[in-house]
Amino acid sequence: MEVFSKDASLMDMNSFSPMMPTSPLSMINQIKFEDEPDLKDLFITVDEPESHVTTIETFITYRIITKTSRGEFDSSEFEVRRRYQDFLWLKGKLEEAHPTLIIPPLPEKFIVKGMVERFNDDFIETRRKALHKFLNRIADHPTLTFNEDFKIFLTAQAWELSSHKKQGPGLLSRMGQTVRAVASSMRGVKNRPEEFMEMNNFIELFSQKINLIDKISQRIYKEEREYFDEMKEYGPIHILWSASEEDLVDTLKDVASCIDRCCKATEKRMSGLSEALLPVVHEYVLYSEMLMGVMKRRDQIQAELDSKVEALTYKKADTDLLPEEIGKLEDKVECANNALKADWERWKQNMQNDIKLAFTDMAEENIHYYEQCLATWESFLTSQTNLHLEEASEDKP
Amino acid sequence: MEQAPPDPERQLQPAPLEPLGSPDAGLGAAVGKEAEGAGEESSGVDTMTHNNFWLKKIEISVSEAEKRTGRNAMNMQETYTAYLIETRSVEHTDGQSVLTDSLWRRYSEFELLRSYLLVYYPHIVVPPLPEKRAEFVWHKLSADNMDPDFVERRRIGLENFLLRIASHPILCRDKIFYLFLTQEGNWKETVNETGFQLKADSRLKALNATFRVKNPDKRFTDLKHYSDELQSVISHLLRVRARVADRLYGVYKVHGNYGRVFSEWSAIEKEMGDGLQSAGHHMDVYASSIDDILEDEEHYADQLKEYLFYAEALRAVCRKHELMQYDLEMAAQDLASKKQQCEELATGTVRTFSLKGMTTKLFGQETPEQREARIKVLEEQINEGEQQLKSKNLEGREFVKNAWADIERFKEQKNRDLKEALISYAVMQISMCKKGIQVWTNAKECFSKM
Repeated sequence: MEVFSKDASLMDMNSFSPMMPTSPLSMINQIKFEDEPDLKDLFITVDEPESHVTTIETFITYRIITKTSRGEFDSSEFEVRRRYQDFLWLKGKLEEAHPTLIIPPLPEKFIVKGMVERFNDDFIETRRKALHKFLNRIADHPTLTFNEDFKIFLTAQAWELSSHKKQGPGLLSRMGQTVRAVASSMRGVKNRPEEFMEMNNFIELFSQKINLIDKISQRIYKEEREYFDEMKEYGPIHILWSASEEDLVDTLKDVASCIDRCCKATEKRMSGLSEALLPVVHEYVLYSEMLMGVMKRRDQIQAELDSKVEALTYKKADTDLLPEEIGKLEDKVECANNALKADWERWKQNMQNDIKLAFTDMAEENIHYYEQCLATWESFLTSQTNLHLEEASEDKP
Repeated sequence: MEQAPPDPERQLQPAPLEPLGSPDAGLGAAVGKEAEGAGEESSGVDTMTHNNFWLKKIEISVSEAEKRTGRNAMNMQETYTAYLIETRSVEHTDGQSVLTDSLWRRYSEFELLRSYLLVYYPHIVVPPLPEKRAEFVWHKLSADNMDPDFVERRRIGLENFLLRIASHPILCRDKIFYLFLTQEGNWKETVNETGFQLKADSRLKALNATFRVKNPDKRFTDLKHYSDELQSVISHLLRVRARVADRLYGVYKVHGNYGRVFSEWSAIEKEMGDGLQSAGHHMDVYASSIDDILEDEEHYADQLKEYLFYAEALRAVCRKHELMQYDLEMAAQDLASKKQQCEELATGTVRTFSLKGMTTKLFGQETPEQREARIKVLEEQINEGEQQLKSKNLEGREFVKNAWADIERFKEQKNRDLKEALISYAVMQISMCKKGIQVWTNAKECFSKM
């Protein structure tokens, strides 16, 4: 089933902004303009995870609060509850409506490694933050922010949402699409324009690297945690020792307290890492998977065109209607490509900013950690030298 | 550990062994031997005579370690490490040092020296040797005795051992120690000729043997208790320190992986490329900095280990005291029982069991002459016993006096050294923090330029 009509596809580029995009450069400027916080008119928060138990299942819902000044919204504030399934539905709808836009990634269904417990507190919190990010990224996207399903997701009551979900292409038609997609994806790759070849190469390499960085960052967190666990035991031994040493009591107790303070600083560093770096890197791991999907869908759209062209060339099917179909498909391909190109630039810019910020924060956390420890040990040293001077002056006649 | 002095009757005196190292013992012979061997081992400068050895300031260093192969007692090939010991005398006038002796020794010879000192100075807390095998190892360090880092640390430990002896007011005067530094060949034979192994009380070797002492000296009991605590807490500390070192190593090294990945990633990035690349370089620097940091910490661990082993030396002094006390009590007991026997024979009452008494009862009374003879023997034994007890008491008192003097000296040394070690630990941490701040500041700059 074709989702696009000629008019609808044009709407991808024309995102209700006063400036009409004419060149890629102006599009980039426009995008930056729209991303500035002063002009934000849609504010979304995701919080208050709640567990719901029914006879069939147990699941978590999250509270979503939307505040907006936009005219198309009936009110200026909305509060709804949504579960993960609902987010999945939203993402599916966005991908359908905008196959070559870079839709923000959702957190995984479950973490394969490590945590088995779906309702573990850390897991829920991590997911909540990721869902918050997901919705805000959509809100910040020049096109996606005006998507109708997005609006319904944010505002509809539970029963309204379920009835809305039941509309739209059924499961069977979606399956049909997938089959055709797989069949034609190969063909699309052969005729891929140069710039998309480059994009594809970038995506492949980026995906490799970001996955490695994700693993490395997780490993660092794990090592820091284990270091912290050992350090916790280290300080108290000095206190134990001080119990049998009359003349070294103060020195030993001071060393113990220094170690404890450094221990706390380590804990802070760890939490900084888990808040600033890990979620960002992980989101881009998921983004890289998204990007590969976007490339496939672009290729697929092109493949449709190519197959029709082929049919016309080799007179395979009824050729009367073909030229018109081909004309429509050519427009479709052009729109898809342009949408992707524009969104790609935007995505890359965001990625650079996000990565830069995340790593700068990580560096800042480490600097702060070492500064704290330095201050701790330096004050210990000063107190020891002061003691020494005091003792020396006491010895003097 | 302040306590009223224990009952003088129970004080023991150390055996009147004159260590060969006293300034007056066998000087002439020593000088003579030195004159004969002069020029062989030293670098051509006049060998110091024992007489003026301690008048000039000397410097001892274990300056080199070398791998050697040789044949052992069973004529099998073996590999061992030899250490070069150099002795220098420092001129008063210009402070310059001149090499006077230099020779090679292996670890087993150090062990022999220490065993000798333990026997001849039972009341002294004898400095310990560095560990024979690497213990409290964290994963990167090898436990291999031939590992160059281990050999290097052992070299420093052996030097420290010799310096401790040289700075000890009593041990430094020992002749065998002097010969250890100056006489390469035949030193082992000389030590063995002292017959110290025979003098060593074999009972001391039985580590688990307990001697039930009726009237223990509280000061020594407390000291033994303290040495147990010291050993236990330092072991615990070293174990945890090794684990912490392991973890810290992990944290630093994983960051090194960023370096490689950043570099590869920078190849596909136009704007971010340079920043990524240079940040990656700083991550490599960070990762490799941990090696030196932990190497320094290893020296700190060695300082603590020395006191771990010193705890053993303290315990040795306590055991020797315990043994002396035990011997004294046994002697006193023996004397008391003989006196009682004597009394019973004289008065005719039998209170104590004796075989003679039983047989007399069973097989008939002994004659007055026989009884007289027995009494006389006992009286002689009692006299001897009383003399022995008197000298044992004197021995005991001397031992305790000298031991406590050395223990006080040891306590001051320990407090100084441990405080210094803890301060040096703080200095190491400060250095590590400063390095960390620098690397991450550089990295941050690179990230912000991306």
